[in-house]
Amino acid sequence: MASNSSSSTAQQRLRIIAGHLQKRPEDENASVAAQECKAEAPRSEPSSATPVPRRRQEIMKWNGWGYSDSRFLFTKKGQAEFTGKRYRLSGLILPSLKDWFEGTFGANLQHRSPATPSLNLSAVAPPNLNQPFVEDLKAAGLVVSHDPEDRVFRAHGHCLHEVFALREGRIGRVPDMVVWPSCHSDVEKIVELACKHNVCLIPYGGGTSVSSALECPREETRSIVSLDTSQMSNIHLKDVFIMRCTAVTLTLHIVSLTAGSETLHKASTPLCLSRNTFPVRLLNEHGYCTGHEPDSMEFSSLGGWVATRASGMKKNIYGNIEDLVVHIKMVTPRGVIEKSCLGPRMSTGPDIHHFILGSEGTLGVVTEVTLKIRPLPEYQKYGSVVFPNFQQGVACLREVARQRCAPASIRLMDNEQFQFGHALKPQVSSMFTSFLDGLKKFYITKFKGFDPQHLCVATLLFEGDRGKVLQHEKQVYDIAAKFGGLAAGEDNGQRGYMLTFVIAYLRDLGMDYYVIGESFETSVPWDRVLDLCRNVKERIVRECKERGVQFPPLPLSRVTQTYDAGACVYFYFAFNYRGLNDPVHVYEQVEHAAREEILANGGSLSHHHGVGKLRKEWMKESVSGVGLGMLKSVKEYVDPQNIFGNRNLL
Amino acid sequence: MASRALYSPRHPMLKKRDSFEDILEERRHSSDLRYALRCYTPTLYKGLVPCKASMLKSIVLQSDHLQYVIKQVSSESGDSTECVAEEASLILDEMAHRLQLSTVRFFVFTLSKAFKRLFRSVCVNEEGIQRLQQAVQEHPVVLLPSHRSYMDFLMMSYLLYMYDLPLPVIAAGMDFMSMKFVGEMLRMSGAFFIRRSFGGDKLYWAVFSEYVKTMLRNGYAPIEFFLEGTRSRTCKSLTPKTGLLNIVMEPFFKGELFDVNLVPVSISYERILEESLYARELLGIPKPKESTSGLLKARRVLSEDYGSMYVYFGHPVSVRSLTEGKITRSQYNLLPRCIPQKPSADTHEFLNDTAFRLVRIQEGNMVLKPWVLIATLLLQNPDGMDLSSLAEQTDWLRHLALAFGAFLDWPDHAACSEVISCSLALHRHLLSVSAGHVQLSVTDAPQVETTPEEAVFHQAVVVLSCASYRNQILHVFLRPALLAVAMQSANSNRKDDVYNCFNFLRNMFSSEFILCPGDSVQDFEEACYLLMKRGVLQVLEHEIVMSASGHSTLAFLSSVLDPFLQGYQVVSRYLCEETNENLTEKEFIPAVRNFALKLILAGRLKCYEALSSDLQKNALAAFLRLKAVMKVKVGDQVTLKVNKIAVNSLEDTLGKSDVISHQNSWWSSMAMFEIAI
Repeated sequence: MASNSSSSTAQQRLRIIAGHLQKRPEDENASVAAQECKAEAPRSEPSSATPVPRRRQEIMKWNGWGYSDSRFLFTKKGQAEFTGKRYRLSGLILPSLKDWFEGTFGANLQHRSPATPSLNLSAVAPPNLNQPFVEDLKAAGLVVSHDPEDRVFRAHGHCLHEVFALREGRIGRVPDMVVWPSCHSDVEKIVELACKHNVCLIPYGGGTSVSSALECPREETRSIVSLDTSQMSNIHLKDVFIMRCTAVTLTLHIVSLTAGSETLHKASTPLCLSRNTFPVRLLNEHGYCTGHEPDSMEFSSLGGWVATRASGMKKNIYGNIEDLVVHIKMVTPRGVIEKSCLGPRMSTGPDIHHFILGSEGTLGVVTEVTLKIRPLPEYQKYGSVVFPNFQQGVACLREVARQRCAPASIRLMDNEQFQFGHALKPQVSSMFTSFLDGLKKFYITKFKGFDPQHLCVATLLFEGDRGKVLQHEKQVYDIAAKFGGLAAGEDNGQRGYMLTFVIAYLRDLGMDYYVIGESFETSVPWDRVLDLCRNVKERIVRECKERGVQFPPLPLSRVTQTYDAGACVYFYFAFNYRGLNDPVHVYEQVEHAAREEILANGGSLSHHHGVGKLRKEWMKESVSGVGLGMLKSVKEYVDPQNIFGNRNLL
Repeated sequence: MASRALYSPRHPMLKKRDSFEDILEERRHSSDLRYALRCYTPTLYKGLVPCKASMLKSIVLQSDHLQYVIKQVSSESGDSTECVAEEASLILDEMAHRLQLSTVRFFVFTLSKAFKRLFRSVCVNEEGIQRLQQAVQEHPVVLLPSHRSYMDFLMMSYLLYMYDLPLPVIAAGMDFMSMKFVGEMLRMSGAFFIRRSFGGDKLYWAVFSEYVKTMLRNGYAPIEFFLEGTRSRTCKSLTPKTGLLNIVMEPFFKGELFDVNLVPVSISYERILEESLYARELLGIPKPKESTSGLLKARRVLSEDYGSMYVYFGHPVSVRSLTEGKITRSQYNLLPRCIPQKPSADTHEFLNDTAFRLVRIQEGNMVLKPWVLIATLLLQNPDGMDLSSLAEQTDWLRHLALAFGAFLDWPDHAACSEVISCSLALHRHLLSVSAGHVQLSVTDAPQVETTPEEAVFHQAVVVLSCASYRNQILHVFLRPALLAVAMQSANSNRKDDVYNCFNFLRNMFSSEFILCPGDSVQDFEEACYLLMKRGVLQVLEHEIVMSASGHSTLAFLSSVLDPFLQGYQVVSRYLCEETNENLTEKEFIPAVRNFALKLILAGRLKCYEALSSDLQKNALAAFLRLKAVMKVKVGDQVTLKVNKIAVNSLEDTLGKSDVISHQNSWWSSMAMFEIAI
């Protein structure tokens, strides 16, 4: 990497990788004020101030991932290209993607499986409206819609079967109505009315679920109302102060934003927290960040993070969502649940936050969350290490975890994923770079004797002040060297992270050519990481073969987070489904088998994707009958009418 | 009998078996030396972690598992960890194999010579070899041969070398080690040695299991061991042991391997090298002293004709598919995997069940020669038979055996009498043939002065040798025979009654024969099915009725079990009549043998098989299991406490079935039946 300025790297990443900058109104503070929501005050029209329009389909795909203007496609010449202007990769040609794609999946650019171009409105069942409820809502001044496009958009997450059905134009049960609250009291009103009229509510944040959590339960006979939280994004900011607390080894600057009467709020929910959307930008402009960066962060919502126990890429520095949350306010059919103070830790019985974290929309709607924030890192640096094989890589990560010196992010891609990442290399502009690449390759494979079919790469991201980052970097590279690892440059590292942001777009490309796939994840003790990865991959290959998949499938694995006691492992799995009658069913059976394999090998049911309806059947096995009973009794107390009837988790 | 619907008997005739190739054919036409030195490039396991035999040792000693146990043992015993580690290292030295290709080549050369002299042919199913070649590449392989002779594992390694398969490492008993030179030779051809008993020795167990698992996990070599634990002296399969099976399955249970392939191998001999040695051992006759004459006799072994040998490689059985729905692997999730865990009750049941099934597969793939049928008949006719009626009955029996699914190697296009005379010729040392009359008898030159006891033992050697051939086909007739006996002893034809008797006999004989625990309903159904197919029985809803033509078959089947029924009765009579308070376990066998000998000398017992220590041990095990006898530890001796009432009632129940099976009654009844037609 040529970048020599520390902060420019950080800025660049913020600006460009996710980089879909939107023009903001000149006076942001004014818009904050406009949005400020006092319970007794009538709502103004806040939508103009929020980054996500109510009609999301205007900027986002109705049957695929992300923004309508950004997609992968193969040009007439057979070259892959990523359209749009939002991403670092946008507008670039990816010369090696085609060969990799055809070679790996046995796919062919002649064999296309295009999606239905537009939503067939007649396929959407007419809404089953609860008229008294609708009237009461309207009387309360809430914005509602039963437009089919709005409803279809909120009827799904991004599981393979959901997207596949949309591409084929098949529409199942969809919510009967969408309602957009814009503040806490709106939500209170909606929940109260829902209880009164016995209507089923399904909270909807970013719509990035991969656990069938947003699917409308087939057995639900009541009117289903999708509660879209996207218009609630406002940040209350009056005063910023810094608390300093001293730990044994380092000084932490824990910062909170105050609002109103001494309370510090980051307003609830959705999309609002993505990198370039308003609150994040506002935070950044004040020199702060939350540090929570899940791969779906452009789209997913704060409420969603809380409701699924999300995990971010940089959790090593900032922690997972449960570590970041200081205070939560949730509206339930029983009333509002929250703690009375912002104490950093309390011994007041089981932490009530943990009933909310991971409740997956079954108990209520999260309306306000107070998060810790941290000063923006002064310096950011990517890095990568090549290992001769996956075993050595895992051993290295384990040692890094043992010494507790993991950088903000450290991920280990297996050989297949490394090759995948390589296929996404943009066209090299200069002869010199391509010469350098060749030289690097020669050095690693010939001089160091790494087998290109076995080597694997760890990608690293360091954050902090410059001096410490450099020191930290040296420490990590020294450990890596003990396990045969060679530093392989910033570029490889950066490309690794890019992969996770564009992978969902790539799936849409695959689906245009008979290739389907998805990701799933688990967490597992260190001593089982290798065995789990190998067994799950082998199980996938075997199951595909037994179920008549004609082409060898591609399972990829990545150790994506490290903990003291284990790691989070992420799998991608895709195959070419030509020749299969019911590819989605085959895919689901294989994923089911893979999950069984994970559980049999000591992996958890989920590390951060959640349970939803997709993994419900294993809940009892995972948390014991008594554990499940505890959760059920909470649900029974909080929501006896099953108003939050998405039937996730339990 | 609720599980009836679960069990759908397949027609045994449809069991497809591969054909054989004679591997000696080529050896007879080309240089053995060149063959022994040829280029050997075995097919390898795809996940092989290359590693030298010497490296294995350090991997094992450094393993988390062993380190854990070393610390544990050291804290329990108070010895320093270095000291315990040193001990572990010594155990490993004593145990470990040192496979060397050069030694294997030496064996290949000498064995080629030896095999050509000993055997007419050595037949292998090449399709089985091909399956093995496939299996070896995919997952680590465990070879599970049957064990009838010392030849078994020499032959296994020889064959694997021959077909360019990876050479196995073989779990062998420590007794080989005492043979100084031979032990080391075997070590260098891949044998590793385990002590016969190390019950409480944690450290030994840890070293041993880690050693086996390491080789398996790394795909170092196929592991070979004998499920039966030792050579069967009777040619009946022995009740399988599950210890090693657990060790080789654990890497799968704990997720360290995706799968393990178990390959049952059936090795059968037309004539067993150790035939009379075994008979002597069973009779407690001391081995002839190692001397020049012994050596000369051993040389005589090489000059005799042992007919053909058959090696049948069964279908690989995937542990993963075996465990499906039976083992919850997540039970291993809560402890670090290096900490040894005793198998849970479920696992134990599964292991036991699997072991039995594997032995049954071995049994099913054993090749049976015509002599096996002849031996069965001759044993039932101690006074001998005319050649013509022998031929007639052998032919009848052949069809019965085939109908029951026996893997019979009957020569094509040969007259029955021809086949019989060939068989008789090969086994002439057990027979006397004169004037068209065949009889089992002592053919060795009669020594000058023999006491009556010696004469009995000489005859018993012949009978037991012959029985070892009959025993080879027992597994084919066993279930129908148990049913036949049960029908005779049951009070009525009611299905429940018959089943109860069947179940009783099954329990009684479960140490004697391979009867999977818990399979009694299935076995009963199988027996009914086979006999029904044969037209012997009609199985109605509540009753089992013998058909008009069924009597002879039933009589034959019950006489198959007759020696065992009689033998068990002898043992129970001994326990009731002769024992006092301080019968020690050690004294039991010689005492029963004397008791039986007296009965024979007195002319009250004709069944020489009652002299077999194997039968006596199994009978004792049955009485112990049925709680008619208890083991009591007094000081450092184990004494047997007999509940005479219980033993008596068991004997009565056994005795009921004995009434009808007079020698050969079945054949005369059949003859009569045929005349009637």
